[in-house]
Amino acid sequence: MSTETRDILQSAADWQAAGRKVALATVVSTWGSAPRPAGSQLAIAENGDFVGSVSGGCVEGAVVAEALEIMRSGTPKQLDFGVSNDEAWEVGLACGGKISVFVERLE
Amino acid sequence: MKRELLDQLLADRAAQRTVVVATHLASGDQRLIHPGDDDPLAAEAALAIQSDKPRTAETADGDVFLNVFNPPLRMIIVGAVHIAQALAPMAAMTGYDVTIVDPRQAWATPERFPDIRILDAWPDEALAELQPDHRTAIVTLTHDPKLDDPALQAALSSDAFYIGSLGSRGTHAKRIQRLETAGFDESRHSRIHGPVGLNIGAKSPAEIAVSIMGQVTAALRGVAA
Repeated sequence: MSTETRDILQSAADWQAAGRKVALATVVSTWGSAPRPAGSQLAIAENGDFVGSVSGGCVEGAVVAEALEIMRSGTPKQLDFGVSNDEAWEVGLACGGKISVFVERLE
Repeated sequence: MKRELLDQLLADRAAQRTVVVATHLASGDQRLIHPGDDDPLAAEAALAIQSDKPRTAETADGDVFLNVFNPPLRMIIVGAVHIAQALAPMAAMTGYDVTIVDPRQAWATPERFPDIRILDAWPDEALAELQPDHRTAIVTLTHDPKLDDPALQAALSSDAFYIGSLGSRGTHAKRIQRLETAGFDESRHSRIHGPVGLNIGAKSPAEIAVSIMGQVTAALRGVAA
């Protein structure tokens, strides 16, 4: 496991210990030239702070927005991003890849 | 993710234990799978651990994402010799956490091994302390039975994914004889790569380091070499 992953999960734990709502996003599959491999993670706090990455910047904004909603609802969700998926998402991957991201609340 | 599961994951990581987080994508239900656990997805989890890559298992209940948390790769080099001076930085560049073991203090100096951890202990003591696991490669480079043999005996009693020992065919044959006398039969000592390294005609210390690094990589990735 990389040092980066270490810091992401520890940040999630620390934020929650400090009384903040936290969500975790994980890349679960990729197609084509996706910028981050499956397993890459992003931890999001309720004020919008985040550490880690799921795409190298292309879709983090949309993932954070969705994560804030999931922090409230508690219902995990799988989000698909990609240039060929134009009806569902306006944000795409400039590189032409597709990724699927699982977002969950830290209970 | 439940807080208890995250805490266990963080504890596993701190203890350098391999663990897989299994997530049922439709429901978000999660559990941890450790190597050797009696779990319906144990075989799929083992593949993910071996390749060090997450994978998705298709089950009757839907897709389960298996995210692997392996401890860092390590290389333990016994013998602060000339080849080690090339192999240590090469392994570090390849992503290994490198430790050099040599009780001979004139050899194991920070000047010869900048930025590499050095243990000036006897190899059996050093290996007992370092506790090599399935993400550890062990390479002995001293040619000296006093140093290499205890290291190899400790290595053979560990889960190290790679054990290599420098020495000519003749040296290696004698080494094998000594190990057999010490009670390590062929089913155990055949794990040792000796003479060490891929056969690429390596001559210089750096070239020999390349041949070792290639063989270690093949072992890590499960390719015969």
